[in-house]
Amino acid sequence: MSIIISNISKSYKKVNALKNISFDVKSGELFGLIGPDGAGKTTLFRILTTLLIANEGSAKVADFDVVSEYKSIRKSVGYMPGKFSLYQDLTVEENLEFFATIFGTTIDENYDLIKDIYVQIEPFKNRRAGKLSGGMKQKLALCCALIHKPKVLFLDEPTTGVDPVSRKEFWEMLKRLQQKGITILVSTPYMDEAALCDRIALIQDGEILEIDTPQAIVKHYPKQIYNVKANKMYQLINALNDYKYNHSVYPFGEFVHYTDSRMDFNSKDLEVYLESKNLSSIEIEETKPTIEDTFMELAK
Amino acid sequence: MKRFIGFIKKEFYHIFRDRRSLFILFGMPIAQIMLFGFAITNEINNIDIAVLDHSKDATTEEIIHKISASKYFSINQFINKESDIESVFKKGKVKAVLNFEKDFSKNLIKNHKANLQIITDATDPNTANTISNYVNAILIQYQKELNKNISIPYQIVPQTRMVYNPELKSVYMFVPGVMTIILMLVSAMMTSISITKEKELGTMEILLVSPIKPIQVIVGKVFPYIFLSVINAVVIVLLSIFIFKMPVQGSLFLLGLESILFIISALALGILISTISATQQTAMMISLMGLMLPVILLSGFIFPISSMPLPLQVISNIIPAKWFIIIIKGIMLKGVGLQYIWKETFILLGMTIFFIALSVKKYKIRLE
Repeated sequence: MSIIISNISKSYKKVNALKNISFDVKSGELFGLIGPDGAGKTTLFRILTTLLIANEGSAKVADFDVVSEYKSIRKSVGYMPGKFSLYQDLTVEENLEFFATIFGTTIDENYDLIKDIYVQIEPFKNRRAGKLSGGMKQKLALCCALIHKPKVLFLDEPTTGVDPVSRKEFWEMLKRLQQKGITILVSTPYMDEAALCDRIALIQDGEILEIDTPQAIVKHYPKQIYNVKANKMYQLINALNDYKYNHSVYPFGEFVHYTDSRMDFNSKDLEVYLESKNLSSIEIEETKPTIEDTFMELAK
Repeated sequence: MKRFIGFIKKEFYHIFRDRRSLFILFGMPIAQIMLFGFAITNEINNIDIAVLDHSKDATTEEIIHKISASKYFSINQFINKESDIESVFKKGKVKAVLNFEKDFSKNLIKNHKANLQIITDATDPNTANTISNYVNAILIQYQKELNKNISIPYQIVPQTRMVYNPELKSVYMFVPGVMTIILMLVSAMMTSISITKEKELGTMEILLVSPIKPIQVIVGKVFPYIFLSVINAVVIVLLSIFIFKMPVQGSLFLLGLESILFIISALALGILISTISATQQTAMMISLMGLMLPVILLSGFIFPISSMPLPLQVISNIIPAKWFIIIIKGIMLKGVGLQYIWKETFILLGMTIFFIALSVKKYKIRLE
């Protein structure tokens, strides 16, 4: 086990950020912590990276206790905070060199680990970090977090505020790092990224809703979901919300994800109802649940 | 050690790339010394005065001539009636009015006594005082000339000698004070800002999750500023020697060592400030309000400590600047060696060690 979290609770002055959380991350796993803003993801990361002390419970990272053996953990993990936290007035190369030095290594020593990522930002190596684009900044931050060949990598919302193409590239990089034997704990508010993890934990209001592989989590979804579409989206949502048999209604791209509370649901009934509400070009078809649907169902 | 050098290298990058701060860092000492040296001065020169002469005789003319001949005064205008006195003061043209009574010369000869009224504008009390003293001195001199042939039976003749600053140049007083302020400001404010900057930008989070030790961070932050502050101290001393002709009577080496000691105590204070403030702005406010004001007001730089109320005198003892000003005044003006200032040095050293120990202890190894 690379990370063992047992019964961790943490509260700030007024809020209970984490409530009795326990889970394990296996060695070499790409583990996702999925939840909305304010769910407690960053607090958990800070406890695991020894920046905060939990009120209750204990945790181990790479076989070291997060409180008593914090110095050993600081040597062997890589941490990329949610906010871009590199020196903006230093160039790309200077940043990387600085982090290599304080971890007692050199760029050359671990170059093979960061090579794939670094070649993408190398053309800008003399540019100040503050002048890089969002995607570039994330790549540089990842390089800096990797330069000392950490056993465990903590990435706190690495793709927030990054364009879709860079996001995709970023996840491909994570997959490659995983193949090199690095355990990765990554948090994200984007449900679509969850499917790319080995296992995920859904977290909300400081509580874990469910932990499993993305496929299994989707399978646990209890109902049949329907994609509903009509000519007027806003009126459609209102109409569905007013429908007395509805179980859940969530807008999802160009469709509305709808589940019904009856066992013997017939899509014809719904179509008739919607037509009575002056909606036209109605389409209703079965679809598979996504992680977002599961999350919404669990968070209900 | 490599870690430490890497850290210091990074600090120098920060300092040299922040052009604006760098300009303030080196521009401020020069500007301040120039300001205090040239513009802000307690000396009086060519003060404009007005004369209301009711008698207009030979004696008054002679006195007026003597006063205007001195370099301290220039006669700006003559007025004719009492009611004009207030209006010239209100216009702000003159700082004093000399009012000779009617029949001045006649009275002097007949009654052995004549009256001259000196009216000064006391909106600036120091200047008013100095003006009246200077006019008095000129009058006494004139009286002596009048009484040349008469011997007064009993006479006390004061022989005043001003030592260490015979010409009473105010720059002699300002240089040690300004040096203290600058070193305090640069050292304490800059370090506290540079540490809180790391907190604000989130880089502190990464530094904490790394093998670098707290002491390496603290010393790494402090080291570049020791270097810069020493440069500042040298610039100030050179300016005062070459521009204001202020002699350094004592050993330059001792002056250097004492300055470094004071710089380190200020740096330690800076670190202490950074441990209690979360943002650069708070750090700056605390440095300015918490350090600058006491340094200016309570260190004895401008206002003599001995004339302060007792509680303030007690408080002034915990201000490092007070001891440093005593030390550098001693070395620069009196030319004393360590045997005369060991006590002050010892106090400063004790404070420095205390601040460093406290800041290392207060340095947070976690986020809260």
